Amino acid sequence: MAIRSLASRRTLTGLKETSSRLLGLRSIQTFTLPDLPYDYSALEPAISGEIMQIHHQKHHQAYVTNYNNALEQLDQAVNKGDASAVVKLQSAIKFNGGGHVNHSIFWKNLAPVKEGGGEPPKGSLGGAIDTHFGSLEGLVKKMSAEGAALQGSGWVWLGLDKELKKLVVDTTANQDPLVTKGGSLVPLVGIDVWEHAYYLQYKNVRPEYLKNVWKVINWKYASEVYEKECK
Amino acid sequence: SIIKEMAASSAVTADYVLKPPPYSLDALEPFMSRQTLEFHWGKHHRAYVDNLKKQVLGSDLEGKTLDHIILNTYNNGDLLPAFNNAAQAWNHEFFWESMKPGGGGKPSGELLALLERDFTSYEKFYDEFNAAAATQFGAGWAWLAYADNKLKVMKTPNAVNPLVLGSFPLLTIDVWEHAYYLDFQNRRPDYIKTFMNNLVSWEAVSSRLHAAKAASSSSA
Repeated sequence: MAIRSLASRRTLTGLKETSSRLLGLRSIQTFTLPDLPYDYSALEPAISGEIMQIHHQKHHQAYVTNYNNALEQLDQAVNKGDASAVVKLQSAIKFNGGGHVNHSIFWKNLAPVKEGGGEPPKGSLGGAIDTHFGSLEGLVKKMSAEGAALQGSGWVWLGLDKELKKLVVDTTANQDPLVTKGGSLVPLVGIDVWEHAYYLQYKNVRPEYLKNVWKVINWKYASEVYEKECK
Repeated sequence: SIIKEMAASSAVTADYVLKPPPYSLDALEPFMSRQTLEFHWGKHHRAYVDNLKKQVLGSDLEGKTLDHIILNTYNNGDLLPAFNNAAQAWNHEFFWESMKPGGGGKPSGELLALLERDFTSYEKFYDEFNAAAATQFGAGWAWLAYADNKLKVMKTPNAVNPLVLGSFPLLTIDVWEHAYYLDFQNRRPDYIKTFMNNLVSWEAVSSRLHAAKAASSSSA
């Protein structure tokens, strides 16, 4: 029948949302995997195409899928007024929501060399780095050392403390976003040091990954964020 | 204390030595590749041992047994610097000995009886162990452990192991990504199933259980 053939997935989703609204329930905002602004192989040789594809299509996608599931369950628990279910869901939300937040930033923190990857920051961020760390080399050395020393899984960050108006280097465990280390912290550059971020290429030699990742760090993006937050 | 006795009788005597697995590095193929063993044992485990040696040199931990270092640096979860290397040295030796060529499948005898007693069935244990290993977020380990005359499944983050939590470890699977990434990439559930179906040494688990019961009863 003509009507049945018009029932696309989007239409059915629309019907579900409408019926949710009729029942007085909000329909929740779910998330999708963001596209990368470059090909998987575009960051070679610093990061292999194989890693980029698995990292994006498998790991980040899993965080998105699991985050959406956790949000659906949270929505139901909130609507039912089930307080312990709400609390119990917090770790799944932190893991998977954090994973989605962090990886979304990470893809923007990277750029192919021919699109400026590795080019030192100019403008106000460059100046701030020199002020706080002596030089870009000083910052890179500090972040690489902290990234290498991180035990288990996590991230090393360059952040802006909006309140104290200074740059900070910090690490977070697992998929904790930088904001869990301080409410006024804004992430500028995050480097994933989970083993999945480098293992197929660098194996156990995390310091070698950290040495090479700087060649594809997109300082233009970090500068944009910095300048926007400094206004 | 009973915990110290449990640690001492666990038959892992790493004591800063990189002991090779009780099989050649290619013996677990095709279920765990030689390449994985070369890196996991040859680089990761070796580094924990070497770094521990450097770390305790000249400190008050120098000359202490591995078990002593682990129990003392756990510090109720507020980990002291040597904990990571010490516990990981212990955990990895325990892990190699938890596997064998031609392993896996269902255990028998007393061990099966106890699994059926404490988990209702082997299948329920299998599912619970799988779930623990699959849901340990980030780096860590899943365990079958023994405490208060009961078997239980546990999962721990990073380097933490049941010894510091008052339980006797019987079986472990390493779920740090380096343990499975070369063979399975992101597919941790496939790695866990392969471990359970093809690698577990129930003989090792049985002899550890025997030691655990002896240690428990001797402190009663």
